[in-house]
This record gives sequence, structure tokens and C-alpha cells, in this order.
Amino acid sequence: MMKLVHFELNGQIVEVNQGLSIMDAARQHGVKIPSLCHHPDQRVKANCRVCVVEVEGQRNLVSSCSTPVTEGMKVRTNSPRIRETVQTILELIFANHPQECLTCVRNGNCELRHLAADYGIREVKGEMTCANAPLDISTPSLVRNPNKCIKCGRCAEVCHHVQQTGILYSHYRSVDVSVEPEYGKSLAEVACVLCGQCASVCPVGAIHERDDIKKVWAALDDPEKHVVVQVAPAVRVSIAEEFGSAPGTIATGKLVAALRKLGFDRVFDTDFSADVTIMEEGHELLHRIKTGGVLPMITSCSPGWIKYIEHNFPDQLPHLSTAKSPQQMFGALAKTYYAKRAGIQAENMYVVSIMPCTAKKFECQRPEMKDSGFQDVDAVLTTRELGRILKQAGVDFSVLSEEEFDAPMGISTGAAAIFGATGGVMEAALRTVYEVVTGKELPNIEFTPVRGMEGIKEAEIDLSGTKVKVAAAHGLGNAKQVMELIKAGQADYTFVEIMACPGGCIGGGGQPYGTTNAVRKQRIEKCNGWAKDVRNFLHYVFNYSKL
Amino acid sequence: MKLETINNNIETIVKEKQALLQILLAVQDASPENYVSEDSVNEIAYSLNVSRSRVYSTASFYSAISLKPRGRHIIRVCINAPCENAGKQEILAVLEDQLGIILGQTTSDRQFTLEGVSCLGACYASPAIKIDNTLYGDVTPESVITILQEYRKEAEDVDCSAS
Repeated sequence: MMKLVHFELNGQIVEVNQGLSIMDAARQHGVKIPSLCHHPDQRVKANCRVCVVEVEGQRNLVSSCSTPVTEGMKVRTNSPRIRETVQTILELIFANHPQECLTCVRNGNCELRHLAADYGIREVKGEMTCANAPLDISTPSLVRNPNKCIKCGRCAEVCHHVQQTGILYSHYRSVDVSVEPEYGKSLAEVACVLCGQCASVCPVGAIHERDDIKKVWAALDDPEKHVVVQVAPAVRVSIAEEFGSAPGTIATGKLVAALRKLGFDRVFDTDFSADVTIMEEGHELLHRIKTGGVLPMITSCSPGWIKYIEHNFPDQLPHLSTAKSPQQMFGALAKTYYAKRAGIQAENMYVVSIMPCTAKKFECQRPEMKDSGFQDVDAVLTTRELGRILKQAGVDFSVLSEEEFDAPMGISTGAAAIFGATGGVMEAALRTVYEVVTGKELPNIEFTPVRGMEGIKEAEIDLSGTKVKVAAAHGLGNAKQVMELIKAGQADYTFVEIMACPGGCIGGGGQPYGTTNAVRKQRIEKCNGWAKDVRNFLHYVFNYSKL
Repeated sequence: MKLETINNNIETIVKEKQALLQILLAVQDASPENYVSEDSVNEIAYSLNVSRSRVYSTASFYSAISLKPRGRHIIRVCINAPCENAGKQEILAVLEDQLGIILGQTTSDRQFTLEGVSCLGACYASPAIKIDNTLYGDVTPESVITILQEYRKEAEDVDCSAS
């Protein structure tokens, strides 16, 4: 039983659970205290100071995000002193922030701009002192604009404590503070995996996905080009959020209709190639088990994860499945199998991917991803960019009627639908293996969390007498723990799924803003609901593989 | 700096992340150029199992740590009010003239770096300067020249015995 405490909030006595911060307690009682550095999934930073409140008996204002409520505490969240202070703090931040709101990539969803609107800021007193540092455009995935950075530290927190990739951190001090890699290096010069979780939590436009919308328009506008699009499973549970729907709204049919309206010649489904991945990985696993190959085999779908293991565990690469990701399998198949079937020259084809992921932009231009003789996937748009290009084209998502994917690369068993959530790829591949070995359908897999490791779950399945232990980890901090066990020879797993982003692809760095862990859960629930129907199709996957 | 040297430093302090600042200071003290090099930042990060970025963050925050090569001797001149009133301007002018550099620079022979500090804790003996770990109080334009000569002589002796 949680202990309750009572405190006075703006003159009213209210009751909340002990241990809550003033900010969270106030929000539960209908008072929204402004915040910037605060993020619900992160540790308290208390450096932006816009959440200050008055606590009776304390001389100074206190930051409400870092101060817990205590019994009998008297709190004021709105007084002339607070208003004046918050206004001054905001004005100081604005004086340091380029006034480029109209042309900013975050126009419409910038937290600082929302705060300025809510707080009714009408003028910025004092001198504007904006930096004019060059942008970091060194990677195909992310753009870092140090001039717009408000030094809230959210990116550093996710980079160091969630992903544990340790790239972005706060350097120097006072007016010289900068949040960047060490020695002011570019993202391409350090071991950044381009997962984009920094961009996902940035409240302003200081780090964001590289915008490839113009590239896609150029292809769509070129009458010589046959432009096909593939959509990842995780996009259909998130794209509707870009148009105001609740997190986890499934919008597959509308998504297809919207893409057709943009002018794509064919609207295909990454689920098609995800099925291929399941077959490839399932059979590779079986082969490794039978022939004494390197185990555990680890999944290879997540490009952020691949870049991570290359930088941090290069001696463990033989554990990776040799299967490439569904995005790249699609690209290769589109420019060979489909091109041949449709009677189109591969050089006249343009393949666009819609992905929940910023690292996919990097993956598609890796030099080895040219099996068709051309770059297999030409451009990748994140879910956020898809939202923007649809708005630009005036597509009214809310009134669209549902449409179906095109044949043949829009056909899928549905098994791949669960790819979007953590554990999904492994489950789909295991089901294949199980059916191949036993001829029966795999009963539900019972996952249990690994003790002391939140974010890692494991299960054991009986494969005709052979016990097979499997694990799934999401978020690179968790992946690191699993890899250290594997490296030390202390992991008795046969098969491990690793996804770079928390929650798997549904929590990817290219998903709509506001992707908190609560939102991830909502999306996963929808994926799982879906998966129940999908499991009925899995029997079909097996038969399909024998054709 | 060699990994071995750094590891010895780390072992002599405490092998904890909290000891990062002490490690940085120890590594800097052991460096002939009085600074923490990029290689050292990387090796410290590896040894402590923290990110390079975190090591750089701490190193760049504290003015006691230099990320750029400095002279063999650091001359710190107090630039705060008591020393200012007691004749710091004159002392600084002599130092700059003698060394041929201005505040913040290093001599071309890499013997001396001239730095300004906010307080040396020696207001009772203002104007004060500190060379490495030795404090010189109540300095005059004349005594500063004598002090400098001692360090120069010492440097020449070291160079002679080395060759």
C-alpha cells in the first residue's frame, strides 16, 4: 500500500502518493507546471528552472520536478513572483535561441514554442546572443544544430543512461556549455549508432532526422521513374498520431490510401520481406543448431544495433545472423524479382522506405547494400517525415477510406506484423523453426524477465526433446548487458533478439514526437492484439516456405 | 601517455567513477606538457568503463585541467581585487615582457605557461603568484625576474644533464 500525504496546492488541501514530485502531484490535480528539461522516462535534471514554485518556509523558489511533496507542505504554483521569474527564465532562453520558428523543422511541435505560447511571451527583452555554429550534417541520419540547443540535457540522458552509447554529453561550463560529442567532433567521427533517440526526446530543433522529403518528391515528379514504397510494420501503429489520433491507433488501410495519393506507383509492405527474413533467420538458426555453428545467433534487423556491435563488440560479429534486414531484402527483391516481373529496368526504379527509424537512412546507403547492382533502397522517410510530406501534399488522413497493399510485394502472411514490438522477430523465427522440426504449431511462448535486468526477457522452448533457451533485449543499454554475458561465455542462449530502441521498432527514433514509455506500451498492446490474429496465419508461413 | 602509466595512476587513487577528477589531475601532473591529451581521455574512459564524452565533460568543466599542451611550469597570477590593488598590473607586465607572451599563452620553448587565476588564497601576501606548487607572495617587479631566472637556470641544468 502506497502511503498517502496531504499538501496544500494553491490553497486547496490535496492528497497524493508519497514520493511524488511537486510537479507530478500538481499535474494529478489539474495544475500543469511548465517544464522543459523534465522527461517522464528520465532522471531528474532540474537545470532549466522553468518549473519553479513557491514552498512556504523556503526563501528561494524551488524546482518542482526535483522537490518531493511532504506532509503539510504549502505550495503555490502561480504568484506574481513565480510568473515574473518564469517569464525572465524563458526570455533568457529565447535570447539565446534563433528566432527561426517559421522555418524550423519543429514548427508545430516545439516544446519551447508551446511554452512561449502558453506563457504569453510577447517580447524578448535584452540582447539576442545566438551562436552561429555550423550544423553537423556528417551522417545520413541526423542533423545536429547546436545553435538551437537549450542545454536541457535530455539527449545526453537518453544517450548515456538508456542507450548507454555515450556520445552526447554536456561540456565546458557557464555560457560556454555545449551538448555534443567530445572535442566538438561530428557524429560521424564518433561511435554514434544513429538510433535517433536523442532526436526523439529533444524538445526543440537542436537534433533531428535528416529530411529526405525533397529527394522523394524529385523521384515522384520524374515521369521516367517507377517509384515504389515499402512501409515498416511499426509505422502503421504510429502514423495516425501525426494526425492527432491516440497512440497505438492502427491505420494500415489509411496509410496505404495516403501513400497512393502521394503518387507512388506501387504501395508495398515491408511485411513481405519480413516474412522472407523469418524464413532466412529461422532456417539459419536450425542450420547452426544442427551443424554446431556459432550460437547464440543474434538477430540482424536493427541497423542501430548492427552499428553498435560493430563499434563496441567487433569480435562478436559471428553471432549475428547473416540475414539482412527486411528493409534491405525488400530493396534487393524490388529491383530484381519485382523489376523483372513488372518488365521494368532496375535503373528506372526508385525504392522508398517508410521507417520508424533514423538508422535505416544510414543502412540503405551502406556500400554492401547494392545486390541489385544499384543502391537497393534509394530513400528512407521516418514516420515523422511521412507525416510532414502528407501534410505538404494536403492529404487529409482523417477522411481517407482504407485501401489494400499492391500485389505481389504487398502480400504477407501477417506473421511479420509482430516485428514492430520487442521479441517479435524472435517469436516469428522460432515459430518457423518449431514447425520445421516438430511439424506442429508452437504453443504460446512464456517469457520471463531476466532477474535484475529490466528490458531483457528470456524463455525456454522444447524442440523435440532439445531445450532451446532464447532471449530478447530492447534498448542498447540492455543489449550491452546481454553482450557482456555472451562475450564472457556466461549466456546459454541459442537465439537472441536485439533491437536498438526501447520497446523495439515501435519506439524507434523516427517515430512521432512524444514517444514516451507509456506511449510505447500503448503501441505494443495494439501490436500484441494484432499478433493474436496473426498467430493463426503462422501455420501458413510454414507451408508457404515449402512452396 | 601509456596505458600502463594511467592504470598505475588509477590504482593508486580509487578505481571508482567518482575518482575521475583525481585521475585527470594525476594524469595531468604526470604529463610533461601539463595537460590531458586526447589519447589520455580515451584511455581513462576505457579503464573506467565510462564514455569518452563523460571524461571530456569533466575535464572541460574544471579550469584546473587543461586539454591543451602547456609549458613545463605553470605561472599563475592572481587577477583579483586585493592583488590588483597591490600592484598586479606591474608584475604581470614584467612577466609578459620577460616571457614574451601574454596571459593564457605558452612560451615557444614550452617552458612556461602564463595563466590568470581568481584567487591563490594568499591575499595577506598580495600581490601573489604561484609557479607550479610554490607560492610567491609580496612579489615585486625585481623579485619576479630573480624567481624566473631560477626556473630558467634549472631548466638549462636539466637540458645539459640530458644531453
